[in-house]
Amino acid sequence: MDTQAILFWLVALWTGLCAVAVLVTQNIVRAAAWLLFTLAGAAGVFFLLGADFVAATQLIVYVGGILVLVVFGVMLTAQGPFITMKVSAAEWAISTVVGLLLFTVLAICIYNGFSPQTPANEGMNDPATSMSSVVLGEAFLGIEDATPQQNLTGSKPRTQMGYLLPFEVVSVHLLIVLIGAAYLARAKRRRGAATP
Amino acid sequence: MSDIGLAHYLILGAVLFVSGALCMAMKRNAIGVLMGVELVLNGANINFVAFARFNPAFQVEGQIFALFVIVLAAAEAAIALAIVLNFYNNHMTVDVDTAEELKG
Repeated sequence: MDTQAILFWLVALWTGLCAVAVLVTQNIVRAAAWLLFTLAGAAGVFFLLGADFVAATQLIVYVGGILVLVVFGVMLTAQGPFITMKVSAAEWAISTVVGLLLFTVLAICIYNGFSPQTPANEGMNDPATSMSSVVLGEAFLGIEDATPQQNLTGSKPRTQMGYLLPFEVVSVHLLIVLIGAAYLARAKRRRGAATP
Repeated sequence: MSDIGLAHYLILGAVLFVSGALCMAMKRNAIGVLMGVELVLNGANINFVAFARFNPAFQVEGQIFALFVIVLAAAEAAIALAIVLNFYNNHMTVDVDTAEELKG
């Protein structure tokens, strides 16, 4: 059992248990804390997979941005009875059965479709040839790689398409959504309240 | 057991997916439902990055799609929290079972 396997089991157990804890806990504040640990664990999984840039983005955007939004939402709405909302035992039983069935189906499909011993891309263990943010940026811009790794695809070299247009679409979408969110959540004057 | 392969990461993604799906179905708090959505998106992201690692044809695409998913999740969280706050302002509750104006 090498170091990577030990690290994987540590991070995977951490992430999975925290994800189940988000589901199990009744307290919404505790669920937010467990969600924080789950997202950080997912970033650790990305680091283990050699995706440094995605892991850093996960930490910055998810843990730094989305979770702050969620915590603010919890703080603004967690009044008295809404902190812990009980779910009936019958719903718990049905949910457990459905969840176990769904997970069993997924696990069977995964083990039938993918052998556990699929070899990894060995080139990504080497920092010199691994997926750096430079490679990602080139892929976004559609720039031809100076040394295309044709042995990876085996056949003819792929035509570089570039992801500049989807990137622009996503950024404009994010801008519009944030304007819409600010419009939806703006402070409204209550009807009937005395104007200052 | 000693060698970590693609299936291990896919199983981890399945754990996050099932937790998130059940979270969406079970939680009565609207923000809890939003947390379930985040868990599902993270499970899908782990699958994307795992395929990028183990399948040479998706080496770039897997990570780029994961980045897109992260950005779209940020947009979705912002708009969902705005809707939840609006709902709370109008109904003084965040219980999703009380949002039944559209019930036929």
